[in-house]
Amino acid sequence: MSQALLASGRLLAGWRLAVGIAIALFLVLVPRLLPPFQTLQLSYGLIFAIAALGFNLLLGYTGLLSFGHSAFFGVGAYTAALLVKYMGLSSMEAFVLAGALASAVTAALFGAVCVRYTRIFFSILMLALSQVIWSLAFKLFWVTGGTDGLRVPTPTLLGGSVALGAGEDKLVFLTHRYYYYVLALFLVCVGAMWVIVNSPFGKALQAIRDNETRAEFVGVQVRKYRWIALVVSGTFTGLAGTLWVPLNGLTTPDILYWPFSGKIVFFVVLGGFRTFLGPVLGAVVFNYLETYAIGFTVYWQMVLGVVLVLLVLTMPAGLVGTLAPLFARRRRIA
Amino acid sequence: MALLETTRVRKWFGDTHAVDDVDFVVNQGELLGLIGSNGAGKTTLVNLISGLLRPDAGRIVFDGADVTRQSVHERIREGIARSFQLVNLFDQMTVQDNVALTIFAREGKTRRMTALAERDRAVLDEAGEVLQRFGLESKARMLAGGLAQGERKLLDVAVAYALRPKLLFLDEPTSGVSTREKAPIMDIVTSIVRTGGITAVVIEHDMDVVFTYSDRIVAMHEGTILADGTPEEIRRNERVTTTLIGTTEAG
Repeated sequence: MSQALLASGRLLAGWRLAVGIAIALFLVLVPRLLPPFQTLQLSYGLIFAIAALGFNLLLGYTGLLSFGHSAFFGVGAYTAALLVKYMGLSSMEAFVLAGALASAVTAALFGAVCVRYTRIFFSILMLALSQVIWSLAFKLFWVTGGTDGLRVPTPTLLGGSVALGAGEDKLVFLTHRYYYYVLALFLVCVGAMWVIVNSPFGKALQAIRDNETRAEFVGVQVRKYRWIALVVSGTFTGLAGTLWVPLNGLTTPDILYWPFSGKIVFFVVLGGFRTFLGPVLGAVVFNYLETYAIGFTVYWQMVLGVVLVLLVLTMPAGLVGTLAPLFARRRRIA
Repeated sequence: MALLETTRVRKWFGDTHAVDDVDFVVNQGELLGLIGSNGAGKTTLVNLISGLLRPDAGRIVFDGADVTRQSVHERIREGIARSFQLVNLFDQMTVQDNVALTIFAREGKTRRMTALAERDRAVLDEAGEVLQRFGLESKARMLAGGLAQGERKLLDVAVAYALRPKLLFLDEPTSGVSTREKAPIMDIVTSIVRTGGITAVVIEHDMDVVFTYSDRIVAMHEGTILADGTPEEIRRNERVTTTLIGTTEAG
């Protein structure tokens, strides 16, 4: 019996590894296989996936629903923009480090206020604090550019060794070299988050999610761990914001506004917050869905709304949460 | 020798005197039965000692240290652990992970976020030993939420036991399980107390269980201590038999 279980476990691990390698290979070949527009969309999708991974550390693993993650995404993006405006920097590594640090500090400050609360109180406090950041970006126009936002030119990569050549098409740069930069950071983030959620720390977060009182009575310092989870979550989302801004070329207060937080929630609900890869798939699918809905109709928000309603009614576990067990059953039957 | 001593501990909820100036002693190495009707103040007393509630007045001394103002976390470090009246588990985690997490927390390893939990052989081996001790090793890979009630009760105790406490409070470890399952659960509890050098306080409503397994029994009524003695003394105590057991001749 145990031999059979071991064999089926190895088969499953092997199957997962094969699928993982196939997907990684596909992602590497995307710029060669797909037109630039599709590569650009996938870049956006991978960046949103990083934000969703961070967000899901809170929702899926710690049981805290945040309506304020737009703040971290926006802080990451604005940090890069402000480094361009005030220091004339163009190094993507400087943007990444500063963006991650700034969003970590923001998350730490938010956490100092919010983690003593749970459920709707946590969600609303996060929403309120994120709107403070939005209003600052909106009102301090001499610093942030107000509604006009701040432009971010194409950065240099890998310490300046990779840059946009003179006369080179920016789209080519973004859909090749910058795409691979995003892909590399995406894979690092997926790996890092996988280790975090499967570490003793990740188990402690899951314990807090399942039963806060008992977690406290086995010696887990609940508030402290929630705070750390929020800082890690905010850092991932902030990093996504930093990666997003060169692709978009501009950052405006819109990404700090509450509907963007709702969008991050949508990524995770769409993919399934009870699974590790659900948020990743949800972010990529949502980006395509939104792009094509905008192209298809002026009532695109309605389309997304209907999708969300149908999703919650028919697939409450999300795409991965619903489809993965079906595939597993088919494999077992086969 | 007293391991735990409360002095005039008080907790009132408005007009309800849940625990009213209680002096309560637990001696090293004993298995103490804490009995009383519903609302007698047993669980509130345990909540005060374990840190879930703060007393309005009084002092709690554990192993020579005043723990009255200490947090739950600090009291666990001192060696106080508990299980709950309503089973409190991590239902979406496996049985093994329920125990392993407790060991990680005890060892201060839950701060680690750059190492995989499943690679820590020492913790997993210890978790396996704990589960074996409680007869749950075959359920290690199951989700805790999928266990039968008796198994959940056992896992609840196993999780507290994995903290390696000096003093273990078990709040109704056999409530909600069939009569047939009560004896095996209590046999295991007694075994880990006797062989593990643990002192235990068992809150129970089942008088057969209390009188069979306890070294000493404390009876509570309306927030105060009604009686304190050996099972034989409590059985003969008229106040206890009329107030709690409902007959003048305890069975």
